[in-house]
Amino acid sequence: MLHEPASPAEKDPAGPYKMLLGIRMFIFYALFYAGFVLINLIFPDWMGIIVFMGLNLAVVYGFLLIIVALIEALIYNYMCHKKEVELAHTESDPSKTKKG
Amino acid sequence: MAIFVFVLFVVFVIGLSLYLGNKAKTSSGYYTAGGNIHWGVNGVAFAGDYLSAASFLGICGMIATVGYDGFLYSIGYLAGWIVALFVVAEPLKRLGKYTFTDALDANYNSRGIKLAAAISTLVVSICYLIPQMVGAGVLVEPLLGIPHAWGVLMVGAIVITIVATAGMASTTYVQFLKGFLLIIFSSVLVGAVVVRGLNTQPDQGGKVEFYHYTSLPAARNGDQISVTAADWDVVDKVDIKGGLEFVNLSQGGTETWWFVSESDNGLVLKETQSVVTKGEVKWINGAPASVDNQLRQVGNLEKIAGKTNVNTGKLNVFSFLAGITDKETVVRTWKTVNFVDNSGDKATVYYPYDVTGDRIMRPGLKFKVEGSFLERLDFLSLMLALFMGTAALPHILIRYYTVPNPASARKSTIVAIAAIGFFYILTLFMGLGAMVNGTINPADSNMAAPLLARSYGQLLFAIISAIAFATVLGTVSGLIVAASGAVAHDLFDRFFKIKMDDRQKVRAGKISAFVIGGIAILLGILFKGMNVSFLVGLAFAVAASANLPAIVMLLFWKKTTAKGIAASIVVGVVVSLGLIAFSPELYTLYGLNPLDAPIPLNNPGIISIPLSFITLVIVSLLTPKKDNSAV
Repeated sequence: MLHEPASPAEKDPAGPYKMLLGIRMFIFYALFYAGFVLINLIFPDWMGIIVFMGLNLAVVYGFLLIIVALIEALIYNYMCHKKEVELAHTESDPSKTKKG
Repeated sequence: MAIFVFVLFVVFVIGLSLYLGNKAKTSSGYYTAGGNIHWGVNGVAFAGDYLSAASFLGICGMIATVGYDGFLYSIGYLAGWIVALFVVAEPLKRLGKYTFTDALDANYNSRGIKLAAAISTLVVSICYLIPQMVGAGVLVEPLLGIPHAWGVLMVGAIVITIVATAGMASTTYVQFLKGFLLIIFSSVLVGAVVVRGLNTQPDQGGKVEFYHYTSLPAARNGDQISVTAADWDVVDKVDIKGGLEFVNLSQGGTETWWFVSESDNGLVLKETQSVVTKGEVKWINGAPASVDNQLRQVGNLEKIAGKTNVNTGKLNVFSFLAGITDKETVVRTWKTVNFVDNSGDKATVYYPYDVTGDRIMRPGLKFKVEGSFLERLDFLSLMLALFMGTAALPHILIRYYTVPNPASARKSTIVAIAAIGFFYILTLFMGLGAMVNGTINPADSNMAAPLLARSYGQLLFAIISAIAFATVLGTVSGLIVAASGAVAHDLFDRFFKIKMDDRQKVRAGKISAFVIGGIAILLGILFKGMNVSFLVGLAFAVAASANLPAIVMLLFWKKTTAKGIAASIVVGVVVSLGLIAFSPELYTLYGLNPLDAPIPLNNPGIISIPLSFITLVIVSLLTPKKDNSAV
């Protein structure tokens, strides 16, 4: 590394796992977002269909895009944290091996 | 009241900056607040940084005038955080030191990357600064009763003080405070909107009597139009490109402009609002402009579920939206047209345009998703730029360096998503609230949310205005820290290798903040009147085109080279700016006919983002590296 980071970066054994998980979750969300854009472009009338408590698909899908982002973010954090703790324990006690 | 709350807030913010000033004595303290901010505080500060004037003033204003299309910005801006969280947050935290350039250059030590990334940071920051400063002027003008230019100047001076005293430390706490207050009081405002419900004759809580716009029956005889009713005389008629017709009617010596409309009952003339400049005198609605004669605020429902003269009273969040969405609800929106009449006077006419609720609550009024291929491509381009832009904004990326470790970077991003997502849901209610409560200034949609607050009393107006002002301060501070880092750290220190000790580096950062703040003031004055959300959309397009391809390929493609990164940044900046400069929207700003614009798209992302990616791949393949490997 040619110039140092703001805080020294510790070795992150969970890095590859988090990157793969991040890419998968990103792809899922990107497809969900693309669905919204494509419906608008190909079947714009669908956006006016009432789907829930008098709200149309445009409003419900828009809200879902925001809510799903938060749910995915929480799941991502939970899984990353779990893996970080798991690998930290494994590193501190090499006799413990990962199950499954 | 408004002035008192506003002054109190400014004094508090400046006092906080001076108090934190001793934390900015070193480069690390100035640029990254020492890297010791708690992730929770950083997350809310992220929200404070990101929820700019565009989000609060611009999106609410756009929803108030064109309905759901404005909400597309909320969706796109929030979705962009997914890219930030899943793709860039932790790796960028690991790579960077003070600036986004540090991260890009971490494995290369390339002068090309330093120069290109620093310029890109400056360009994106300035593109983003323009709408913030325009928003500042818009806000201060009615609040303090001072001209737009003085408002911009005042905001610039306060922001420079914040940044120059304590850099990222004061900026972080101003953003934290602003993010927190914005969400709390926007929730209060939305609660008030829902409780008030829907009314076909909104009177701003009893403060302003509902104004009934009239229609006059008319007859057409060839090219001439005559009014059936007595004592009205047609004195002028103007045909506008696109088939619109306006007539100037005189009654008792007062001349007003009327919109010619075909209806089921035959030809009718609809009352409008107008601003006509005759020599040096400005006439509003047929009389000289004065304190008492200003444009009336507009926006109301003509029918609720097919019924007139309805007041629903208290609703809940679902029934409020459902009431507007009903296909038999009719929303009165207002359009604007500019022309020179046959006397040579310049006229701006605001005319009513009724839209059904089901039409206004789905995309299509502004972004023509049912239009031509190019119009649909423009929509696709906007949604792409919004999705890709967030993770490429330098002032957002530097906030990853203010927390102690990558896990904190991740957690603070999640707090940001929660806070920002919740706020963006509120924008739909605030925008629609302004639309149905007669609180839109037809000449400037940006004030819709504060004017909506005013309909609930001076206290809420004062608080919301002060928060909106804080919104500008928080975002502009972050932008100036990012831009000053690009100048002082990336260019002077890293690129030109000017020898400076730590104190001199901080001083260079502060001087840069002064200069960039001055440029921001100038641009804020020049761009007066443009919708701030549209301008931020363009900043996103430039960021997504210039920075995101470099970040993504650096992280995920091992063959990425320094020259490839530098070339993609340059191509992204130049192409996106070039496309914007020749777009229809900018042609309108230049005073030219938008139909003559050589580039038919308003949003350049669909062209410039792929082009930047392709450039990086081709240049990297042509300039293979010998031993450095990508991250």
